[in-house]
Amino acid sequence: MVRKLGTAVGCLLILVWCLLPVAWIISLSFKTQESITVGNPGFLPAEGTNAGWQNYIDVWDNEQFRRAILNSVGIALIATVASVILGTLAAYAIARLEFKGKKFVLTTALAIAMFPVVSLVGPLFDMWRTLGLYDTWPGLIIPYMSFTLPLAIWTLTAFFREIPWELEQAAQVDGATSWQAFRKIIVPLAAPGVFTAAILTFFFAWNDFVFGISLTSTENARPIPAALSFFVGADPFNRPASLLAAGAVIATIPIIVIVLVFQRKIVAGLTSGAVKG
Amino acid sequence: MSTATVEKPARGKGKVRASDRARAENSLGQKLVAPAIFVMLLVTAFPMLRALYLSVFNYTLTAPDDREFVGLSNYITALTDPLFWRDTGVTVLYMLVTVSVELVIGFVFAMVMHRVIFARGLIRTSILIPYGIITVVSGFAWQFAFSYQNGFVNGWLPGISEQFNWFGETTPAVIAIMVSEIWKTTPFMSLLLLAGLAQVSEDMIEAAKVDGASWTQRLFKVILPNMQAAIMVAVLFRALDAYRIFDNIFVMTNGASGTESISFLTYRQTIEQFQLGMGSALSVLLFLSVLLIAWLIVKLFRVDLAAARQEG
Repeated sequence: MVRKLGTAVGCLLILVWCLLPVAWIISLSFKTQESITVGNPGFLPAEGTNAGWQNYIDVWDNEQFRRAILNSVGIALIATVASVILGTLAAYAIARLEFKGKKFVLTTALAIAMFPVVSLVGPLFDMWRTLGLYDTWPGLIIPYMSFTLPLAIWTLTAFFREIPWELEQAAQVDGATSWQAFRKIIVPLAAPGVFTAAILTFFFAWNDFVFGISLTSTENARPIPAALSFFVGADPFNRPASLLAAGAVIATIPIIVIVLVFQRKIVAGLTSGAVKG
Repeated sequence: MSTATVEKPARGKGKVRASDRARAENSLGQKLVAPAIFVMLLVTAFPMLRALYLSVFNYTLTAPDDREFVGLSNYITALTDPLFWRDTGVTVLYMLVTVSVELVIGFVFAMVMHRVIFARGLIRTSILIPYGIITVVSGFAWQFAFSYQNGFVNGWLPGISEQFNWFGETTPAVIAIMVSEIWKTTPFMSLLLLAGLAQVSEDMIEAAKVDGASWTQRLFKVILPNMQAAIMVAVLFRALDAYRIFDNIFVMTNGASGTESISFLTYRQTIEQFQLGMGSALSVLLFLSVLLIAWLIVKLFRVDLAAARQEG
């Protein structure tokens, strides 16, 4: 009984922990901009300061914001696809083949997962300017790929190790061609892993801030987190909080949608990728 | 490694000549990992070597022609500057406090998630929201929450004046940044711990219970020792991640009030002041300090690196 009660209280605690700040930023996004400049404390908008959808309309009317969303979606998707393809090749080799240098690949992946990103910013800034990659989409896609590959390789290797590969031969014995065996047996078994890796990669690329602010200078390639942080408004000491909140909520929508649709897959990927279960 | 080893006969290392098939497999394996390795090293090893090279020059982007070799003087300047040590201290503080708090809260969350039967989907969905949310958004949410002009924290916390400015002094500003960091990353910690918790056998806990072990005894003598590997890997990953703290500081205080971390200092030198020589020296120092911390954690806590590397 005590145990059940404890679990229930714990559940409530988790829900409050996770959702309260989200509720707060949504509530903030409905406060009028005028009331923010004079000060409008309190969790909910005070009497008569509810702006309705005005902040959302204003932020969406901002050309730079729309451009940043486009940049983020494009860059994150391309980086995700490219990283998952390379990660799949590598993970297949690690899970299925014996070759020299396997340990080197795994060690490199581990080292890169722990790499202090900021220490690369200076030399990359210099290199990208020389190569003409500064402030372009590929200039961000390449570093995103490098830093998501470890995650992709781990997640996929963990999944691929669980696949009963004998089934492929069994299908061939039963008369399937190798292509049929691959497409009908292996692809459906491997798909969930590939999918999980793709979601985690997308989260990373969507979240990145360090590369986003240091390797871009204009709206040409500036992704959404960087655009939000530079969105200062007229007075740098009193930022347009409610407008920023509306922008932040819009930037969070893709994440919430992905979480709602793929909840089970993400948990499986995170746990299998980190500690083998 | 259950299925992968079945078809392959055991091979001696080097001495026995590999068969054609084994050689073909070896070369195919290396070809398959080559692109991934290339991309991973292109953006890490190569720039890092470049940083090592640039760090011995006095090199400012605004005056690229005045580049001159200065030996180790950038390192000496950095290491004798009290600012460098203050920022390192603040960074270590961020790391120690956030990781310990996350470990405790994350473990409680993992226990709850492990036990909960109804509403499992709801709990797991909501725990993924802080994990997926952009750090910058989390920083903004908490900065505005702590703001005395537009936030709710001062009104909700007992014993805090309505007009208290959290970002005016070092201690409260550091606390506010830590809150944002902890909120955002505790879910990650709890999911890693949940995976470890799932590996502890229920029979063992039940047996301890039958033998009359109390709840705390079961926790400290059975559950925790059996998930040690998972805890250590989680701590290793999170500690190194916390040491790189940057986004929240940038958004919430922009390094003001003594909240600057070592990553932030490096960023400021290179991108804002274009001091590539000095910035590169700081980059190298940052890299070395991460290596040192990783080494310390692995040695002190005996982290199973094979588990962290995902060798099966």
